[in-house]
Amino acid sequence: MSARVPSVGDIIVHKEFPPITRHRLALYCGASGDHNPIHVDIDFAKAAGFPDVFAHGMLVMGYLGQALTDAVAPSRIRSFSTRFAAITQLGAKLTCEGTVTELIEQGGEKRAKLALTTRDQNGEVKLAGEAIIAL
Amino acid sequence: MIDQSAVGRTFTPVTARVEPGRLRFFLDTLGETNAIYRDEATAQAAGFTAAPVPPTYLFCLEMMDAPDPFEFLTALDIDLARVLHGEQRFDYHAPVMVGDTLTFRPRVTGVTDKKGGAMTLIVVDTPVTNQHGVHVADVSRTVVVRNARPS
Repeated sequence: MSARVPSVGDIIVHKEFPPITRHRLALYCGASGDHNPIHVDIDFAKAAGFPDVFAHGMLVMGYLGQALTDAVAPSRIRSFSTRFAAITQLGAKLTCEGTVTELIEQGGEKRAKLALTTRDQNGEVKLAGEAIIAL
Repeated sequence: MIDQSAVGRTFTPVTARVEPGRLRFFLDTLGETNAIYRDEATAQAAGFTAAPVPPTYLFCLEMMDAPDPFEFLTALDIDLARVLHGEQRFDYHAPVMVGDTLTFRPRVTGVTDKKGGAMTLIVVDTPVTNQHGVHVADVSRTVVVRNARPS
């Protein structure tokens, strides 16, 4: 993190990602150890009541984490949490953002609270989360 | 259907090693190019003794090295096809780096019915320690079970 202390309302995280492909889901299945077939096997997904496979929530959170550590050194992240608000479909073009919502003192250090979102190309919120970072 | 009796259930602890090749596969999959995760000198300049792992990678390590990654679902008699990821949280207490060996100890801490029983939220909290016994992180996952409609 730069020496400059952020202010409430500053958007300090912003990153866009390429569209989600079936290939990416297959790679993530192997790379993450999450072998749930619902993300890679269309027959399984349909039998479970979904029209097609869909992204792992943790792939989307992985992108959000990447956007976060592009802006904030990993050593400064104290917590990182999200709610998976909606299923992320194939083809989704995701944009991750983080806005400073509060400056706090906690655990003997100055910290900032960030509100994090991941939206698709239609502006639909897929992930809504929060990070606490040391300043 | 799962009920409050599941709270307190623990599952087989998982031991996972942070291996550089597997980590690189993860980084490549996410298109992650940040040098701190790939280059030891960059990591050291940032105060780490080896390359750190990205913020969500703890979740992967536990699944990759669990003998049965869906043990908690099987143990609670939950169908994998009915499960969605509801929430995920990480609290970081100390660095996790390439070469570390971590132990995950998952435990059910909450069971809540929603929408008149149409879905159930299950919270599994997992403290993580490293090879020195240092408590490096707490991982908390909430899964949503889509319950079968009563016929």
